[in-house]
Parts: sequence; structure tokens; C-alpha cells
Amino acid sequence: MKTKLKYFLPVAVVCIALFALKSDINVTPDADNAGLKLPAGFGALKVAETGARARHLIVTAQGDIYVKLARPNKDGKAILVLHENADGKALLIGGFANYGGTGIYIKDGYLYASSNTEVFRYKLDAQNKVIDQDHPEKIITGLKMGREHETKSIVLDNAGNIYVNVGAYSNSCQEHDRQLGSMGIKGCPILDSAGGIWQFKANKPNQTYGEGVRYATGLRNVVGLDWNQQDNQLFVMQHGRDQLHDIFPDMFTVKQSAELPAECMYALKKGDNAGWPYMYYDQIQHKKIMAPEYGGDGKKEAAGNFIDPAAAYPGHLAPNGLLFYTGNMFPEKYKNGAFIAFHGSWNRAPEPQAGYFVVFQPFKNGKPYGDWEVFADNFAGSPQKAESGRADHRPCGLAQGPDGSLYVSDDSKGTIYRIIYKK
Amino acid sequence: MKKLLAAVILLPASLCVFAQTKPKTAAIKPGIPASIARGKVVYTKNCLSCHFVDGGGVPNMNPPLVKTSYVLGDKTKLIKVVLNGFAQNVEIDGETYSNNMAPHNFLSDQEIADVLTYVRNSFGNKASAVKAAEVKVVRAANKK
Repeated sequence: MKTKLKYFLPVAVVCIALFALKSDINVTPDADNAGLKLPAGFGALKVAETGARARHLIVTAQGDIYVKLARPNKDGKAILVLHENADGKALLIGGFANYGGTGIYIKDGYLYASSNTEVFRYKLDAQNKVIDQDHPEKIITGLKMGREHETKSIVLDNAGNIYVNVGAYSNSCQEHDRQLGSMGIKGCPILDSAGGIWQFKANKPNQTYGEGVRYATGLRNVVGLDWNQQDNQLFVMQHGRDQLHDIFPDMFTVKQSAELPAECMYALKKGDNAGWPYMYYDQIQHKKIMAPEYGGDGKKEAAGNFIDPAAAYPGHLAPNGLLFYTGNMFPEKYKNGAFIAFHGSWNRAPEPQAGYFVVFQPFKNGKPYGDWEVFADNFAGSPQKAESGRADHRPCGLAQGPDGSLYVSDDSKGTIYRIIYKK
Repeated sequence: MKKLLAAVILLPASLCVFAQTKPKTAAIKPGIPASIARGKVVYTKNCLSCHFVDGGGVPNMNPPLVKTSYVLGDKTKLIKVVLNGFAQNVEIDGETYSNNMAPHNFLSDQEIADVLTYVRNSFGNKASAVKAAEVKVVRAANKK
């Protein structure tokens, strides 16, 4: 009896633990799958309507959702705290932080969040609750913010470093931004303090550029980024340049300008240069092309030691979220692959706009493998709304729940979506 | 160009004379409807890619041209936006817009007048026409 009990107890504990993890058993998709079009076997529900510019988000093991807002809401809060009920619907239970921004991430007992110039962190308790909402540690300060590409996205590695995107405050480093025929500034000075990814220590207060490392350069603007645990490597999604036709109408047709250049996924190593503003990647020719501002004509290949993208997607779709799926809920093919939230285009007019969906990029052995596919579509509400650019919802952030659900934020109306696999 | 401007300001009778002196140039018809029609062409080529076919712009990036005080208000200010571009942080109905607008001073006085007349009478807007002579005055003062 004693021996039996000895074996029974751990089994019971494991069972209870498993049951606890299965607490989302009552989560059912909305009757209309929250308006989304999904592959067979998947369903979706609207977890919450925040009514705010919901940028990136993170979900804790305890079912709390932290959502970073682009601007403080009417109560002056720019991080929302929601808690999920057993049915998957979440209630707003709190809010803090008076700074708008995009980045939010949890690592090793801290919640990290960014404004458009600084990064803060908050100590978490054992339940992943922020201990002191009003007194975060300021980790990084004085980051460059221009009028364009001002948001800062963040992610941490497994060695105590934090990576921050500093977007270039320019389209293509022209002498006169976005002006017809204006040429590029030689030795683009923006790259000194923007147009790249900077690495800082995750635990050191008040770091400025001098204490950081320009980890990778030549990246016009990155919003979606994630740490690939298989490769132990940073992956980022670049927003490619705009307006090839508007600026160089003799070299690029309206249609070419709508399709080019690619939105690129890069697997970064320290010291990499992705080539902005001197080149762009043409996903149709599969070539790195010299930018017209720097002597290119749409055909001449780029000269310089620039890395190739890991994968390339159609122009202007605006990848705002990247997440490597490590959960167990979805079928095997999704494991370690990448989900990408495409916010949707504007720079395709007068051609139809595109995007406003979440894409799945299969991976094998830590590298993109095979064609990408649209995973969750119709955030726009209808094909017409997508084509006109007047989308109802625009996917922005991605997060993985403790049970392997995929969460998607919408920074237009503030809807939080959860996508589940039903078998 | 000066002849062209005179033709617009003077009445149709003088257009006949104008047409005789410069037979290859299409005569510019006076009146708001004609200006709006020409303005739509200018808009499609130079403005639509950012401000969109419905004038609604792009959230956070390119401001809307729908019933805003910029579009309906002071014409001099509006003409200057086209001539000099726009790179200021402004709030319209609580929204801000971050993309820089490049100067469009390569457009002629007539083209600017037409496109602004089109914008001020499209997308639900209703406001007086902008005349090439007004653009000319603003452009001249702008250079000083």
C-alpha cells in the first residue's frame, strides 16, 4: 500500500498539473471565427475589444495578457492588463505606464516595454504580475526618434541581451525625403544612430548609444522581430522602401512600384548589413538591386557586402509581428515555423492594396523551407475593404499562449484575437 | 505661360485670340467644373499614391483631405503645403501623421490651382476654387 501510494502521488500530481494546463478546455471559437478565414481545423475568438491602438502583446502562463498601446488611452495608461476567463474571453483588470510605444516582452522574471525613445523593465512576481507598476527601471534612454518609423520593437536573447530596432527616419535617405528625383545622401548619415538593430544589456540601467552595440545595420525599419530558439539567432522583418514610381517615374511603372521591393525576413548575425538605403531586394528577379537614389536603374545589382534575405514577401505588406511557434497545440508542420502579421499596405495605390493577414512561413532546421501561405485572413472585413485600404482591423502583434494558442492584436480597432486548433 | 494665365483670367471671347496665336496648346476652359476635371488628373498623378482615391489618406502616415481645416481654410496656407511640402507634427481629429510630404513646386501655377480646386470640391468638401493667379502670388512671396 505504501509503495503504491509512493507511485500514486506523483502520478496524481502530474495529472492535476496536466489538468491545470488544460484549463482552457472550455475555450470555443466564436460562431463566425471572429470574422477570420482560417485553415481547416482552426477556429478563432475575439478575446477582448480594447478600443485602443493595440501594438505588441504578451500572454503569461497564468492567462494574463499585457498589451502595449501606441498611445496612452483615455485613462492615461499605455500598457493594458487583461485576464482571461475559462471561456477564453478576457476582462480588462488594470493598466499602467504613461508612455505610448510598441515593444513588450517577458524574459527571466521581468516585463520589458518600450516608448519611442526608451526601454523600461518591471520586475514580475511568481505569478507574472508586475510588482511595482509606477516605478520601472529605465534600461535604455535617448534612442533616436524621427517623424517616420519612430516605434521601437524589442526582443531578448538567452544571454542577457536586449535587441531594439531604431527605424530610419527617412524613406530612402534622399537629400529631400520622398521628393521627385532627389538623390541619396552619400554615406547616409542616418545609419549612425538609426536604420538598424542595437544590442544592449538587459539588466543595466540608463544605457545610451555609447553603451550599446550597433548589432546590424542597413535595415530601414523593423517592427516584427523574434528570437529563434532553434538557431539561437535574431530574426527580423524589414519594411521595404516606398514610392519607387513616385520618385523615379521614368524607371519604374506604377505596377512595379506596387510590387517592389520585397518585404524581407533577415536572419541576423552581429555586424550584418542588410543594405538600406543603397539597395533593395527584388523578389521577382531574386536579386539585390542598387537603389535608384544611389545610381541604380531597377536592373543594376547592388555593389557592397550586403546579406541576402532569409525569405522575401510581396512589397508594402508591412510585417509588424513575427513569432516562432514553439507550442504543441497546432499540427506538427507549424512547430518552429514563423507566423508573420502583415499590417497591410498603403503604398500600392492606385493598384489594389494587399496584406491585412497573418502568414505562416514553414521552417526546417531553423531555415525558411518551402512557400509561405496565408494562415489567417479577412482582418479587413472583406476583399473590397482590403483592396481599398479601408480595413476594419489591421493585424500588428503576435503572441503564443501557454496552451499553444496564437494571439493577434489589431492596432486599428483594438481587437485581441485568439486562434486555436480544434482537431 | 503668362499668355496662358491671361487666357484663364480673361473671358472666353479672348480665348479665340489665344487659340489663334497658339494653336497647338489646348485652350484652358474657364470655370470650376473644368478646373476640377483637370485637377483630378493632377491629383491622380501626384497625390493619389499617398492620399488615396477617396482622399482619406493613411492612418498614422498620410493625413486625410476630407473636411479638414487645412483643405477648407486659408488658401495661402494650402498653396504653401503644395509648394513647400509638409513635415510638421500635426493633429487632425486626434490623429497624427508621420510621413513627410515632399515639395511639389514642380507643378505649374495652373496645375496647383486645378488640383486644389479639385480637392476642395471632392471627398465631401465644398469650398471656393483656387485660381492660378493666387498660386502665382503665393509662389512669388514664397521665394523671398
